[in-house]
Amino acid sequence: MTAKPKLAVFKFASCDGCQLTLLDCEDELLAVAEAVEIAYFLEARTQEIEGPYDIGLVEGSVTTDHDARRIREIRKQCHYLITIGACATSGGIQALRNWADLPEFVRHVYADPQVISALDTSTPIADHVIVDFELRGCPINKQQLLSVLLSLIGGHKPRLPSYSVCIPCKQRQTVCVAVTRGIPCLGPVTQAGCNAICPAYNRECFGCYGPQQQANVPSLTHQFLRAGADRGHLVRLTRNFNGYAPEFREASNLLEQHD
Amino acid sequence: MPANRTFQVKALSRVEGEGALYVKLDGDRVEYVELNIYEPPRFFEAFLRGREAREVPDITARICGICPVAYQMSACHALEKAMQVSVPPDVTRLRRLLYCAEWIESHALHIHLLHAPDFLGYESGISMAADYREAVERGLRLKKIGNDLLEVLGGRAVHPINVTVGGFYRLPRVAELRELIPDLEWGLQAAIEVCQFTAQLEFPDLQVDYETVSLQHPIEYPMNHGRVVSSCGLEIPVEDYEKHFEERHVAHSTALHSVRLPQQTSYLVGPLSRINNCYDQLSPLARKAADDCGIAWPSKNNFHSIVARAIELVDAYEEALAIVKQYHAVPNESRAEYRPRAGKGCHATEAPRGLIYHHYETDENGLIVSAKIVPPTSQNQYQIEEDLRAYVPRVASLDDTTATRRCEHMIRNYDPCISCATHFLTMKLDR
Repeated sequence: MTAKPKLAVFKFASCDGCQLTLLDCEDELLAVAEAVEIAYFLEARTQEIEGPYDIGLVEGSVTTDHDARRIREIRKQCHYLITIGACATSGGIQALRNWADLPEFVRHVYADPQVISALDTSTPIADHVIVDFELRGCPINKQQLLSVLLSLIGGHKPRLPSYSVCIPCKQRQTVCVAVTRGIPCLGPVTQAGCNAICPAYNRECFGCYGPQQQANVPSLTHQFLRAGADRGHLVRLTRNFNGYAPEFREASNLLEQHD
Repeated sequence: MPANRTFQVKALSRVEGEGALYVKLDGDRVEYVELNIYEPPRFFEAFLRGREAREVPDITARICGICPVAYQMSACHALEKAMQVSVPPDVTRLRRLLYCAEWIESHALHIHLLHAPDFLGYESGISMAADYREAVERGLRLKKIGNDLLEVLGGRAVHPINVTVGGFYRLPRVAELRELIPDLEWGLQAAIEVCQFTAQLEFPDLQVDYETVSLQHPIEYPMNHGRVVSSCGLEIPVEDYEKHFEERHVAHSTALHSVRLPQQTSYLVGPLSRINNCYDQLSPLARKAADDCGIAWPSKNNFHSIVARAIELVDAYEEALAIVKQYHAVPNESRAEYRPRAGKGCHATEAPRGLIYHHYETDENGLIVSAKIVPPTSQNQYQIEEDLRAYVPRVASLDDTTATRRCEHMIRNYDPCISCATHFLTMKLDR
């Protein structure tokens, strides 16, 4: 890494919320801008400094041919390529099209469908190029973003917790919404990172940070089914912002098959 | 200067989302203008079908990371009409507080990091901070307080998790909300200073005869409620919105434009429209700030939108402070319960960037049958192109780089939110 690392932020299909998280580091933003050279970040600045870049942050999923080519070019330009957020790491909410008939979707939304050129699927960045680190969340957590940037600048491998939402939920001493109120909650199979906010606000975890590694999601949904949960509800619960992540995808597909 | 020139910006910066600008000139005459949206479509209206009403605010939030509350509020109100449920008054007040928080966060961001650099000749807020450190730091702190408020009330700043059809999952504890009072008090004074700061900027003189469209409410500055009004005398309930506004295809562009019916003309939504239409409903200090800034309202110059945002920042801080100060006890009801049912409902609210309209139909299980979402930027797009047609001849004598930069500046008057607009706008990948 060069003396003052060059940082680039790239956008694919997304809501901009994850790159906004960098601007939401209000207390740290000007310090970050001094520690790294923000060389390419269209949402924040007009100046564009050419690559190669030391760190590339990629937001969004791949949904067009053009973007499938663009991510390969970006990969060549970036020493470390970090995906930020659910769209980039699992295809995002727009990956719901992966279960649907795209031409029907296009006709439904657009008056003049033939001018739309979109791929049939919304796919994560790692389906197209090698990704060095994935930062989870819909949206990402700004402390985790800063921690990853600091690790890379310091020459360390970024490390973030890979345990489930249940751990911080217990640490917060939140009463379990699944056990005490029978609400189907994805906390046991979702990676931590959000500080377990949803159960603390009296509602279920709905999986913003994606599946915890090797989580047995069908086992959990089976338990909820046995406890009387509606099958359609469980399909929708597992099939949202990270629905196309393999563990969640398998669970929602299994639920549908046994309908 | 050659007779035929083109100004082109392949990727607009300091806007939310991906767009490009193309202007073709023949001498001083503007031959062709296109604000090109190449942000890939995401098909929200299509995949919302079959989802539960309760999921809609969580899902529509993901249309935009900068104004998720606007999508959540519009969806909740529309679905509450479909479910025939009325929310408790305490919930209505806290929803207004949540909307104030989003206006604060979004306006402080746009004024300081995205728009002021244009007026002062910098390529970003980060570069601007080298010479205007205090102003940028003040802006960042103002923004942060908005995010802090969103975190308390919504659970987090981007894509709040505490919003649901009928109300909130959990009401804030008294202490966690009242802890913010000193910050909100500081913010109110700082926002007044921001008004003075923006009022001193130099505004290009571009007078446009806009039809300004916004919500209007008899006793409050419009956020969650009101009738749709315009400077041309329109005054309708939200239920009649689709009779008076429509998206249409235009021959020269792949983009859909919203137009007024039946005359098929452009119109303006956003802070300038709101102040022009609802000056009387501004909070006392916001109205004073509006009077003190040296601009005669109503204004026909959208370069004044940066001042309008600053005035609304004062309004949002003043109102937020008042609501928080009145919060002495946690109300009994956090939300109204409802039984899923078949129904239809539409609603409009005021996103930071302007009026946003949602319309849903549900089946007897409360699952979505159809969804229609009209974001502010797709409504403004036609007007942006009209403004460019008027503005480009004024900058045509400048060199290409400077003229192009001025056009970009003009587009940022609209605080365009292209991610929002995309699920309506067709894309063109001609880069």
